[in-house]
Amino acid sequence: MKIKLLCLVIFFNFSVYATSNEILNESQIHKNLRCLVCQGQSIADSNSDFAQTLKMVVKDLIKQGKTEDEIYNFLSEKYGDWILYKPKFNYENFLLWSFPYLVLVFGGFIIVFLIKRRQKKT
Amino acid sequence: MQKTIKLITVSLLVFILGIFYLSLNRSSNYDTKFLVGNKLTDIELKSLQSKEFFTNDDFKNNKYTLINFWASWCAPCRVEHPYLMMLSKNKDIKILGINFKDKKINALKFLEELGNPYDYLAKDNNGKQSVNFGIYGIPESILIDNKFNILKKIIGPLNEKDIKEIKEIIKS
Amino acid sequence: MLSNTGNFLLSLNIFLSALIIYYSYNNLKTSDNLISKKVFKISILQSTSILICFFTLVSAFLVSDFSLITVYQNSHSLKPIFYKISGTWGNHEGSLLLWVIILTLFSFLFLIYNRKHPKNYRLYTLIIQNFLILGFLFFILLNSNPFSFISPPPSEGLGLNPILQDPALAIHPPLLYVGFVGSSIYFSAAIASMITNYSDKSFAKSIKSWVLISWSFQTLGILVGSIWAYYELGWGGFWFWDPVENASLLPWFAMTALLHSLLVLEKRNTLYFWSIILCLLTFVLSVMGTFLVRSGILNSVHTFANDPTRGIYILVFLSLMILASVYILFSKYKPASIEINSNSKETFVLVNNWFMMFYLITVLLGTLYPIFTDAISNNKISVGPPFYNSVIIPVVVIFLFFMAIGPNAKWIKNKFIDLKIYLLITLAAIFFNFIIFFFFKSYSIISNLIVISSLFLILSSIIDLFKKKNFNFPRVISHLSFGFLILFIGLNHNFSIEKDFNLKIGETKQIDNFKFHLKDLKLVQDTNYKAVIGSLKVNDLLTKEERVLKPEIRIYDNPQTLTYEASIQTNFIRDYYLTMSNIDRSDYYNIKFQKKPLMIWIWISVAMLSLGGFLSLFRHAKNN
Repeated sequence: MKIKLLCLVIFFNFSVYATSNEILNESQIHKNLRCLVCQGQSIADSNSDFAQTLKMVVKDLIKQGKTEDEIYNFLSEKYGDWILYKPKFNYENFLLWSFPYLVLVFGGFIIVFLIKRRQKKT
Repeated sequence: MQKTIKLITVSLLVFILGIFYLSLNRSSNYDTKFLVGNKLTDIELKSLQSKEFFTNDDFKNNKYTLINFWASWCAPCRVEHPYLMMLSKNKDIKILGINFKDKKINALKFLEELGNPYDYLAKDNNGKQSVNFGIYGIPESILIDNKFNILKKIIGPLNEKDIKEIKEIIKS
Repeated sequence: MLSNTGNFLLSLNIFLSALIIYYSYNNLKTSDNLISKKVFKISILQSTSILICFFTLVSAFLVSDFSLITVYQNSHSLKPIFYKISGTWGNHEGSLLLWVIILTLFSFLFLIYNRKHPKNYRLYTLIIQNFLILGFLFFILLNSNPFSFISPPPSEGLGLNPILQDPALAIHPPLLYVGFVGSSIYFSAAIASMITNYSDKSFAKSIKSWVLISWSFQTLGILVGSIWAYYELGWGGFWFWDPVENASLLPWFAMTALLHSLLVLEKRNTLYFWSIILCLLTFVLSVMGTFLVRSGILNSVHTFANDPTRGIYILVFLSLMILASVYILFSKYKPASIEINSNSKETFVLVNNWFMMFYLITVLLGTLYPIFTDAISNNKISVGPPFYNSVIIPVVVIFLFFMAIGPNAKWIKNKFIDLKIYLLITLAAIFFNFIIFFFFKSYSIISNLIVISSLFLILSSIIDLFKKKNFNFPRVISHLSFGFLILFIGLNHNFSIEKDFNLKIGETKQIDNFKFHLKDLKLVQDTNYKAVIGSLKVNDLLTKEERVLKPEIRIYDNPQTLTYEASIQTNFIRDYYLTMSNIDRSDYYNIKFQKKPLMIWIWISVAMLSLGGFLSLFRHAKNN
């Protein structure tokens, strides 16, 4: 039982790590930037002037060798955090990023607790 | 134990409903007016009329500079232009005009027709420079001091209230 | 005339609802176990009158009676008939009428299909449901009346938004409303069951069909909404984690959890209060979703026109609903000993609920967090697809494994899960995954994991199909479809090709393995719009395919709008998706081209998922 749990945990962490390490991809960056003059679209999906301009700037920044995070920091400094579709991992957003996983762990504990309670009876 | 769970649940629900109520009167549209306090760095703008460049050095001796993004094809820019003319008479402030995605001929014709309030005339043909200033539409204006701190952002055409507030700031 | 008829019928329904509450309340005290004929008769009358009321509004749209403000604002005499009809519910006021119809019809149908259940339970359900109906009727009459009229009547309407003139979008609201508005009935039934202490397996049997109906329709509603977004919105995606989309997904998670926990309640007579909580939660989420969408506090592609007064009314309604149900829940709660055997089906049902709650909390948090940070710290943030994808996808990988194993566990004690078979399935899944990615050269680790786990689920389900005794066909279909859905989404996302470039008329460009040639542009005049249609030849140099795609730029008259219509060419292997837009002050056109493999299978999987629900419904109804 414990071995199964350990395998699951390792597998899960592997999955989380896997999603976080994707290659620097221009299209992906575009999908993470919000078009400020549109109603809920990324600059990847928008045809607006602003979106086109921003795409050019992102291209330049990549050519300058900036990393993905540096690009996001630059743009959020100029336009505010609202322009980023992936919320920053800071104190304010800590609850947002951590609470779902806390719920997952907490739920797991409840289930294990319920099972143990039955096992005690038998 | 049960009582605390009940208390926590009810408080949480009341809190959520309260936030919903408070949010009803807030605007869901976004603007960057609040983005003051940051510094503008690395200004590198082509001049509209010559081959020269404007850099930070050109502005560091001005107590206050108003940076105004405009274009000849932009209707609200015409509406705000008289206010810029008014402001240009003020000795405490210098105005930098950045011509945005425009043709030089049209830009100069516009200034000939309505007057030239700009102490400096620059251009941004492809719009890329505007991102450095946090611009997302025109007209937009930014008031900075001699240390390049952003003191005020005006989204859309300048109006009487904006001019009043600018005058207040530059008086001190 | 239509306006007066409609208003009269609305007021009549308020009167009838009040009557039902009154007579039902009196009926509670009678000693026999029969519901009085009066209650039945008034219920029939109520359903009939609300349907007539609805048809009155439809007629107003059909004949273009612009004396009604709603018809004036949302229709036009040049609209095709089909869209005149669907325009009835394609606006705020009309859709509220649709809400009331579903509430009323479900109220009546639940009454007549539950004869085997205790009288007081049925009466209380009727009473509470009618309070909900009254709440919405008052909202309509006081704030959002589709029958309110203008005098003198204007000669022409303001026109329906052209983006909304689409068959998928026409059936999207009715489907969704049978889903999350239908959940009102088991909300009411849950409260009724608490009040009357009707809490054993029969309660589960009573509401099971209704949960299945609402779940199946909700699934279909979400499917149709996504198909519409794909075809109409022009960016080639089908899910954007937009707040309005999330509003329809949140009740779905709760319904799915409820569906599974009812299995346990039915078979093993435990998890009663947890099931009650899920019943209450589903409808609460539905009303909260309606609040978020119509109050104007969210910035979204999908929002209706904004009006804070609507928001206040719905918020008050929502608050009363929540506080009343929480109060009853707390006063009736009896700590019951939940006995869960490890390795048994109950455990796996709990696992399903556990994951559903995770998905629910994640989506809820993501949707509400910007509202909260704005209200508290005046800082506006965005929460979009990157957040949801990175939080949810890793968890889905594990979830799929549980979905495969769970259904095969026995109800009481499971001696030992047949490890050998699962080991073989895992190896087969890894093998297939290896072949896919070897031939198509893709190394994203998470894609591999998604493919492996979904293949695991698929293969297990297929093996289940061949088992002879004691298997549940609808369940296998639904689980199998879910596996396919995740598999196809994973493959589609991973192997999609996107090209974004600019072309002039007559120009040819080659990008990687594709050649594009913009042949010409045609100007066309249709009934209510002008269109610029491009002919773009696409050559796929790898598959030697050649297609001509025809993207459009449309200019509508009423109201003045510009839309970009994607040209989509579908077959069972892949979709070609292309949009064209003009660039200001330039001869160039911006072309966005996508090759999206297996797109149609994503739709088919969701349809099959819903089908499983319907099959289960028929099965359950037949046996009872």
